[in-house]
Amino acid sequence: MPDRGRGCDAEPLFVFPVARGPSAAAPGTDVVAPTSLGDAGTVSTETRGQAELRALLRGLPGVDRVGAEARAARLAARSVKAAAKARAVDLAISMVDLTTLEGADTPGRVRALCAKALRPDPGQPDVPSVAAVCVYPDLVGAAADALAGGGVGVASVATAFPAGRAPLAAKLADVGAALAAGATEIDMVIDRGAFLAGDYLKVHEEIRAVRAACGAAHLKVILETGELGTYDDVRRAAWLAMDAGADFVKTSTGKVAPAATPPVVLVLLEAVRDYRAATGRAVGVKAAGGIRTTKDALRYLVLAAETAGRDWLTPDRFRFGASALLNDLLMQRRTLATGVYSGPDRVAQD
Amino acid sequence: MADEMTERIPVRKTYKLFIGGAFPRSESGRSYPVADADGAFLANAARASRKDVRDAVVAARKAFPGWSGRTAYNRGQILYRIAEMLEGRREQFAAELRATGLDGAAARAEVDAAVDRWVWYAGWADKLAAVFGDPAPVAGPFHTVSVPEPTGVVGIVAPDGPLLGLVSMLAPVVVSGNTAVVVASEPAPLPAAAFAEVLATSDLPGGVVNLLTGYRAELAPRLASHEDVNALDLTGVPDADAKPLAEAAAGNLKRLFSRPADDWSREPGTARIRAFLEIKTVWHTVGA
Repeated sequence: MPDRGRGCDAEPLFVFPVARGPSAAAPGTDVVAPTSLGDAGTVSTETRGQAELRALLRGLPGVDRVGAEARAARLAARSVKAAAKARAVDLAISMVDLTTLEGADTPGRVRALCAKALRPDPGQPDVPSVAAVCVYPDLVGAAADALAGGGVGVASVATAFPAGRAPLAAKLADVGAALAAGATEIDMVIDRGAFLAGDYLKVHEEIRAVRAACGAAHLKVILETGELGTYDDVRRAAWLAMDAGADFVKTSTGKVAPAATPPVVLVLLEAVRDYRAATGRAVGVKAAGGIRTTKDALRYLVLAAETAGRDWLTPDRFRFGASALLNDLLMQRRTLATGVYSGPDRVAQD
Repeated sequence: MADEMTERIPVRKTYKLFIGGAFPRSESGRSYPVADADGAFLANAARASRKDVRDAVVAARKAFPGWSGRTAYNRGQILYRIAEMLEGRREQFAAELRATGLDGAAARAEVDAAVDRWVWYAGWADKLAAVFGDPAPVAGPFHTVSVPEPTGVVGIVAPDGPLLGLVSMLAPVVVSGNTAVVVASEPAPLPAAAFAEVLATSDLPGGVVNLLTGYRAELAPRLASHEDVNALDLTGVPDADAKPLAEAAAGNLKRLFSRPADDWSREPGTARIRAFLEIKTVWHTVGA
């Protein structure tokens, strides 16, 4: 059954001017002087000015709210069974960013989580490892030691997670500390206050500064869609982040409800599809927060395949930020393998 | 003609499942016809699927901490309340039982016996700990105390005797704090489905009792092999069918209770209560 607007080969909605010059500022920049922010006159010609950004983002077509919700609901009804389900469960496991972001986290707890990340189900050696372990910056060292050589990434939230309300210098120091301790992926939060106030340039500059500080590390930009309010703003924030150099756009911190919802992820997937059509660069999507069941995860995979395209079905382009989800995936995997409904006694509780 | 116009059309009941305190249809949308004792069509009952079993177990597991964490007194009060609701619906249940083939007097007697049985078990709620637990006299510089605790989620395959058997199996399971998933009698599921309405109006937290109607051969193996079920009562299963279920139940070392079909009218004793209890013993040093 053909779907309108399906796949990555669809015509882009509009033409988005690509940023001129290199997309990232020179690496090695420790601190960008905060005084230069918000002043279009002092920004180099390779960057965008406030007025230009506003024109671009507000020129984006609006999201059809009813249509987006209906399409997400329709795709959620798709049935994934048997062999396809077994493959999808393994794919979803390999896309999990196993996350612990609690005030009560300890190095021991992080080590236990890392052991689980490397071998999610020790009784079943063919279970793939997860994509990454996501922790606070001060625990990156413990995670990096525990994961060394295992092929699992070390992701760290940084930039004054979860509110993002700190001076840029503090945010960059946060990022620097995480990288120095061995983080390979940085999950930064945007300044929602500035974004909602219309100060797109501040958000853009912050992402660019963090992008520059990240060097080779992967940058995921958390939009915290639950605080943005409208799908239009979600689309604008996604384009803003991608234009500033994000490798991934991520829905939520997990600290705000609502977190990831299918329509929001649909909007993000449309944004990365259109961005690639406009610029040729592929950006990943990370759905985080509130995803607890295999059924939810499979629905997001269907959304990704049908919206952005099948080449988004890889851990390099789609991730789940979750903690409880992995256990449900493992239980489903056992159920598929044995025909017997599994129980939580069979998986490590963390 | 005028008489026909004013004749009232009776509102017929759709018999459904009882899962997590709600009355859903089967996830599969299926139903099966139930006949009365003469073979005439009585009603359609929901025909639960394996996914309904799964959902029921999830609901029972979710309800377990809350129900087992209540005080024994409070559990007893809720069970008494169920007996009160059942008492108030004696006529309805007598009618349900007459449809399964009992004559009027026998149906009434069965309902009365079921109410009395439920009250009998309800009385045990706050006496269990004293009867099954004890401070043990040990020779050592410490003393030990044993306390009974509920086993967890208990699967019940109900017998074909439509009400007294069901009540006699269910009450001893929930009285100690277990939660239950019940597969009702296949040929006569309607009294069980009506019993769920009693449970739903008695302050019993949703999910403590979950009741499925459908084909036993389809549901019982799923319940027996489910690894999040801690115990299984196979009393309602004929001996010939019980062996494969018992083998499936061994997968996660379920407690198994299977007694040949009892004469339910006998004084039950405490064996069924004890079968779904774990005994936890703690020790404590004695000061010098």
